Amino acid sequence: MNMVKESHGVFVFAQQVDKTITNVSYELIGKAKEIAGELGTEVSAVLVGSGIKQLAQSLVEYGADRVIVIDDEELETYTVEPYTQAVAAAVRKYNPEILLMGATAIGRDLAPRVAARLHTGLTADCTALDVDKEKQELLMTRPAFGGNLMATIECPDYRPQMATVRPGVMVKRLRDKEAQGEIVLFDAGLKKNHCCVEVQNVVKHIAHKIDIQDAKILVSGGRGVGGKENFKYLYDLAEAVGGTVSGSRAAVDSGWLEKDEQVGQTGKTVRPGLYFAVGISGAIQHVAGMEDSDYIIAINKDGMAPIFNVADVGIVGDFKKILPELTKAVLAEKNSQKQ
Amino acid sequence: MRIIVCVKQVPDTTEVRLDPVKGTLIREGVPSIMNPDDKAGLEAALRLKDSSGAEVTVITMGPPQAADVLREALAMGADDAVLITDRAFGGADTWATSCTLAAACGRLGYDIIFTGRQAIDGDTAQVGPEMAEHLNIPNVSYAAAIENCGDHLLVKREFEDRYHEVKVNTPCLITALAELNTPRYMTPGGIFDAYREKEITTWTRADLPVEDENIGLKGSPTKVVKSFPKTVKAAGMKIERGVDESVQFIMDKLKEKYIL
Repeated sequence: MNMVKESHGVFVFAQQVDKTITNVSYELIGKAKEIAGELGTEVSAVLVGSGIKQLAQSLVEYGADRVIVIDDEELETYTVEPYTQAVAAAVRKYNPEILLMGATAIGRDLAPRVAARLHTGLTADCTALDVDKEKQELLMTRPAFGGNLMATIECPDYRPQMATVRPGVMVKRLRDKEAQGEIVLFDAGLKKNHCCVEVQNVVKHIAHKIDIQDAKILVSGGRGVGGKENFKYLYDLAEAVGGTVSGSRAAVDSGWLEKDEQVGQTGKTVRPGLYFAVGISGAIQHVAGMEDSDYIIAINKDGMAPIFNVADVGIVGDFKKILPELTKAVLAEKNSQKQ
Repeated sequence: MRIIVCVKQVPDTTEVRLDPVKGTLIREGVPSIMNPDDKAGLEAALRLKDSSGAEVTVITMGPPQAADVLREALAMGADDAVLITDRAFGGADTWATSCTLAAACGRLGYDIIFTGRQAIDGDTAQVGPEMAEHLNIPNVSYAAAIENCGDHLLVKREFEDRYHEVKVNTPCLITALAELNTPRYMTPGGIFDAYREKEITTWTRADLPVEDENIGLKGSPTKVVKSFPKTVKAAGMKIERGVDESVQFIMDKLKEKYIL
């Protein structure tokens, strides 16, 4: 057990893939900065990979007081064991009180392995982090029961207090190009472990235009869209408003959209400025992934659909008739604004 | 080859509803099912058994009624089943659960352990990798395809925007995605065997080499401070009019919000 009293500092695992920092890492630094402010401590980003030193400065510019760089050829392509060694070594050296990671396909594999190695608690997929100032403890809130219930969890006796946080939930700070921070090169003393796990091939899925988590406007379709061909109404509207198409689990399971376009509990959490929910009934699992959108417009034939409970504007009607007219109206409006 | 599959009995969360007045979960009448990702892990194990003659043991930790999912697994074709049940294991978080399951796996012996990626009631995805750490074996998470190559496995490991083809030696632990396969149905003969011929072994606290400080509520580093229903946002406006009026209504709102 790490000594609770002697631990200090908030650590963020700065995930990079192909030498690009994953957005959630910046979001976590933003949140970590708030937490560190309340605890009166500092934020360190742990940057792990091969040939990645040059990425450290950007972490400082988004708020890290210090970047601990672990740069080793063994860490070129992600596998859980060498990454666990790297992060665990940094934790043992610096003894932070908090360690945050993105709830990504890497973070959700790495974090439990690290937590088990360090014998500490880990809370998955958090959507809120707060500080109990009196106890100087992290309060980690996460959805449970498929998003039906929220639970707040603490880790009183073990350090670091670990949490993974869903991408798109926390807000990154404005980049400060003038920011100054300490950049430390850290030798994690990695053991070679090629004998057990070896990545033989990396195959990238066909790249989409925009990640739905980065989209300012989403036009999202569900089971009620009724077929892949009907998505053309959604694509047309998306193009007119400058948005991106996404969908519910039903749309993905039916093969109408790709997995990385799915919004919801088992997909991505999004919070665009404008979210169109088209033919989406509004199952709790879907709502969990989009309810923080600034403005939600729902179009559904079924006036009783639960999506109307979270929508700012609900339209009961046939999207096949409404969307083409709306697309025309949007284009006409944009044309008139140009003149 | 010995394969252990860890399964969990879960409430079908797609059937869980909220009491609109009290804001609490309505659990009555919610069916219990075998967790979908775990079922995919079981199917993967059974396919390895079909192709290369493995012995498949399915284990679960839970209350006595969790035996139902073990019966289902036996009816699908698993050879043996172990129910790990004891009040001492209750209230476990992922650390304590993984310590307990790892101890059971150690006692059984294995070449491959399958778990689901995550359970639909907790959604943590932590128990598999934590078990692998306790057992000091490699793990490959998010498996979307598995190929048996004799002395090693080739696993398609999914990420958001890519997949890795990973070669992993046994012994190892694999966490299965539901999309790994389509699990088989129970056969009538299988159901008969599961209830008449095959027996479920029950292990309690005394049967496992675990330390008290690593099990149950007491051995759990994380503590639930409180749980509460999600705050529901106030509903907005809902209209049911013709196409033209609907479009006009949306356009007005978009302009009002400076989106257009």
